[in-house]
Amino acid sequence: MKKTIMAVAIGAVALTAPNMQAMASEDLNFDAYRQMLADGNPAELFEMEGEELWRTARGPKNATLEQCDLGVGAGVVDGAAAQLPRFFADTGKVQDLESRLMHCMETLQGIPSAEIINGKFRQGERGKLASLVAYVVTHSNGKKVQVDLSHPKMKEMYDMGEKVFYYRTGAMDFSCASCHSQDGKRIRATQLPNITTSKGAAEGWGSWPAYRVSNSQFWTMQHRLWDCFRQQRTAEPVFASDVTIALSVFMAGKGNGYEAVWPGVKR
Amino acid sequence: MKKTLMFAPLALCASVSLAADLDAKVAEMMKTSFKANGIASIERQVQDEVQKACSSPTQPDAATMKRLEEAQMATIQWPANGDYTGGDWKEGAKIAISGRGLTWTDPTPDNNGGGCYNCHAMDPKEVSAGTIGPSLVGYGKLRGNSEPMVKYTWGKLWNSKAYNACSDMPRNGFGKILTETQIRHVMAYLFDPESPVNK
Repeated sequence: MKKTIMAVAIGAVALTAPNMQAMASEDLNFDAYRQMLADGNPAELFEMEGEELWRTARGPKNATLEQCDLGVGAGVVDGAAAQLPRFFADTGKVQDLESRLMHCMETLQGIPSAEIINGKFRQGERGKLASLVAYVVTHSNGKKVQVDLSHPKMKEMYDMGEKVFYYRTGAMDFSCASCHSQDGKRIRATQLPNITTSKGAAEGWGSWPAYRVSNSQFWTMQHRLWDCFRQQRTAEPVFASDVTIALSVFMAGKGNGYEAVWPGVKR
Repeated sequence: MKKTLMFAPLALCASVSLAADLDAKVAEMMKTSFKANGIASIERQVQDEVQKACSSPTQPDAATMKRLEEAQMATIQWPANGDYTGGDWKEGAKIAISGRGLTWTDPTPDNNGGGCYNCHAMDPKEVSAGTIGPSLVGYGKLRGNSEPMVKYTWGKLWNSKAYNACSDMPRNGFGKILTETQIRHVMAYLFDPESPVNK
């Protein structure tokens, strides 16, 4: 039954895609896409799968994730994503939504984190993790990003994230700032948020994870950052590694107070 | 009075060493958070002196910029036969359009694109040109093909940092992104009167 729903919905998107492409190439503006999809973001399919995964007993420990503490209490999903990343006393670490969910999957369900860290995006347990992300962020849609930077480890991650943002390296000398430090710029037809401003940081942070119309895929923020680094021509960032957390704290912290549109729709 | 004088430099030292600690931690993280994959080796995470000097919101001082630019200028390979613009602009167009190459999903480090359109407008008919770099529409027509202009353009394509140490533009020749032959094709795309860039 569920499979049928997915097939029908994907079919509907595929049918309307050519029109949207024509429109987009004319005005180089993807707001039209977002408006057309506002009533039916295909990310809903991932969100539904994620909700089911949250409630289903799985893994060697045959447990659900309903006792997972995302920072606002065991099992509380409402508003949790808007306050992440945060410092967690039980792990002694700053964690983003993905690394926290991975922690819950390991501790509650017995699913080894290594399986996710060494896996591939959209496949296996890392793919399931993405659906869980879709479910959790939907419950912070429209909420204001409210990341608490007061803990010294959060402060340090923010400072390191800011340094990483400007860190040039790799075969083409790029840093994040090469593309994301000026207002109103584009790479090819794609608008680039200026992440050195609070508004731009919120635009970046507060619209991922997102459903990507161009390839019909749901991408989490870890996935987005991984592909930024790929195009930056660096070596490959490790899933949920410190560099990804530091950049996330920097973007979320800088975007504090702005509304999150989760999950987003991107080209 | 004397006490104040003594405290001020101490406080300065403390904050300087904290900043240096943070820089060292970041440099370490830029290695430990990454892994080699295919042609994208972990050496890519180590900065050279230009990358290091240009990794903050503010540029280095004028003297440092000049020193870096002179060192980069010395790396430029000028065409041995003096042929700067005799490439094929049609090949140049392909190189300018292609943004492929040197990622961990590319099988070899060869046959890369220049990715010019990611940042620059060139052929006015190409609507999806980026805006990070200046427009190059009408490049040869507007600037002419005097020797200094042609040489500057070759040098800029080979190693942009020779002219602005903190330029956003990759060092195509120095970084082995493009070959000498490919750069000559891009030169033709920029200067040839028949190139759509100059129509």
